[in-house]
Amino acid sequence: MSSLILPAVLSGLMMGAVYALVALGLTLIYGVLHIINFAHGSLLMLALYAVYFLHYHLGVDPYLAIPIVLPVFFALGYALQRGLIAPMSSGSEQNVLLITLAISMIVDNLALYFWTSNTRTADIAYAYDTVEILGAYLPLGRVIAFVAALAVAPLLWAFMAYTRTGSAIRAVAIEKRGAELVGIDVNHTYAICFGIGTACVALAACLLLPTFYVTPQVGYTFVLVAFTTVVLGGMGSLVGALIAGLLLGVIESLCGLFLGESLGQIGIFLAFILILLFKPSGLLGRAR
Amino acid sequence: MTFKIDRRDLLKASGAIAATLAAPSILRAQAATVKVGVIEPLTGNLAYNGTQSAAGAKFAADAINAAGGIKSMGGAKIELVVVDAQSRPEAAASAVDTLVQAGACAFTGATASALGLASSQAAAKHNLAQVFSIGTAETIVQRGLPNVFRFTPGVNKCTSVALTNLKLLNEGSGNSVKTAAIVHEDGPFGSNMAKIMKEELPKQGIEVVETISHPTPQRDFSNIALRVKASKADILIPSNYLNEYTLMARALNQQRVELKAIYSILGGAASNIKFVRENQEVAQYVMDCNHWYDPTKEESKALAAKVADAKLDLTYDIMVSYATIQVIADALERAASDDRQKMIEALAASTFDGSIMPYGPTKFVNGDNVNSQPVNTQIRGDKIELVFPKEYASAEAVFPIPAKN
Repeated sequence: MSSLILPAVLSGLMMGAVYALVALGLTLIYGVLHIINFAHGSLLMLALYAVYFLHYHLGVDPYLAIPIVLPVFFALGYALQRGLIAPMSSGSEQNVLLITLAISMIVDNLALYFWTSNTRTADIAYAYDTVEILGAYLPLGRVIAFVAALAVAPLLWAFMAYTRTGSAIRAVAIEKRGAELVGIDVNHTYAICFGIGTACVALAACLLLPTFYVTPQVGYTFVLVAFTTVVLGGMGSLVGALIAGLLLGVIESLCGLFLGESLGQIGIFLAFILILLFKPSGLLGRAR
Repeated sequence: MTFKIDRRDLLKASGAIAATLAAPSILRAQAATVKVGVIEPLTGNLAYNGTQSAAGAKFAADAINAAGGIKSMGGAKIELVVVDAQSRPEAAASAVDTLVQAGACAFTGATASALGLASSQAAAKHNLAQVFSIGTAETIVQRGLPNVFRFTPGVNKCTSVALTNLKLLNEGSGNSVKTAAIVHEDGPFGSNMAKIMKEELPKQGIEVVETISHPTPQRDFSNIALRVKASKADILIPSNYLNEYTLMARALNQQRVELKAIYSILGGAASNIKFVRENQEVAQYVMDCNHWYDPTKEESKALAAKVADAKLDLTYDIMVSYATIQVIADALERAASDDRQKMIEALAASTFDGSIMPYGPTKFVNGDNVNSQPVNTQIRGDKIELVFPKEYASAEAVFPIPAKN
């Protein structure tokens, strides 16, 4: 069993990067804007189908689909927030919760109706390729996702810290009325943030498809872990989400190895409870 | 001008009018149809299998109608009444009412045991026969319902035949397989299968060296593949669903796990042509013990051609659904009536041996067809071949599989 520990840690890190990628978008939407987006998993599912169909019908490689899918999903996120969530919620958080839940149910059932529950996997030439690191064989797709997660989280952080849009998002998140008073278009800023979050989900889908399958229920496979990652990393902390995702991946992998795969996922929530007991604001979150 | 009509003329005219009015109904009687129900999950999470099954039923009805329909009923054509079970037991049960209102004489369905249990229970109140397409749960035939006819084998028979066939295959290879790893989902299906395997495999001289359970969904199979590799098992026996099977097969390939065989029982993916198409590299030589038709029969070949023309996947759902309509048509032929009670009696006395399945003559004992059997299939290239028993085989079994290096 001891010879399996290092490969388990490494594969946990790879899986954790996927959790982090899915959680990055949620960090912006849930962590920064405090919009409990129940449709996050459904948007991931939609993005996975988009990448799958681009590959299946047009032969577009999932990685090359990034410049196509990202702008589309940014626009979709923007339109959802601006055209549906904002006008229907009237500023009430409970309404937002119900609206995103409704979006999730509608999208999931439409996907089931049009695409059936059939499992789809992209037949990609390099899907079975591996990279040998320290004697462990790691799927190439996961290694690429890991590198991408390491690159995207700091980039997003820099965007939030150093750009005017990033400052506007942070201002709106901290004090909506104050931001409005200094001339920030709050509705537009909310929609931009939701759009970026949705584009992040699309990026996760592009990086996930080579190693995973697509079904109308696939979003649920990741969404609970994504919420856990956001809270564990610290609400709104992009680098925190990355660290939390990687940590949860390793914990899940090691628990699966030593306690059995059925109990592996318990490790995620056990670690979550323990860490929040000692640091309620999350790993990199600021105490309020 | 006046007309004089006497009694004789009036009778003649009445007769002519009556004959004219009756003509359409006589014509209708000659082209009569007999309604047969199909309850399948056309929407919901079982939609793929349900749609395939419904297509199989239609192929069968078309073939029977093209061959002259039900001859004992003056060539009556089979008219299918297809109702969506929505992948929900309560919808499957209420679908029975639709069939009764439509005048169905019997029906086939319903892909999953849970749906079939509900529909047959509801159908029992109407004395309406259900010929199960797929329903492996043994409770289906343990309730004493006279309207239940399970044409295909249940889980007990599938498991025992799978073990017998594995023994024969292993003996044929000079007992090259000595150790086994079991990977199963942790629900009732996988856990029960794993329990039976752990008890039975040692009796065949195969030691179970690793048993790994996993939840559904399981996002990553790297650790499981590593544990199977570390166990140095000769054979892997998986019991899980399609999504997990796909990820598992990929992980085994990526972790370079060398196995002499992958042997599924009622495998979610191993008898699924979509899995083969999308995972060519890792699917090769995977063996399954499952429902499958007799590929040597002419009617099977004709069905395969029709399925290809319709651009559908040739899955066992299509095959068994086709066969159940054949069974119902045979019962109609003998009953010479669409009376529901007469259909139940005709089905109970069925000795039909003309179906496309590799079964002996139908014999229902407590509603279970004792002459049904699963067969072994193996993925070869882009096809699923029947490899065992040999009398139905379309290809020789490759066991053990060639080493990758």
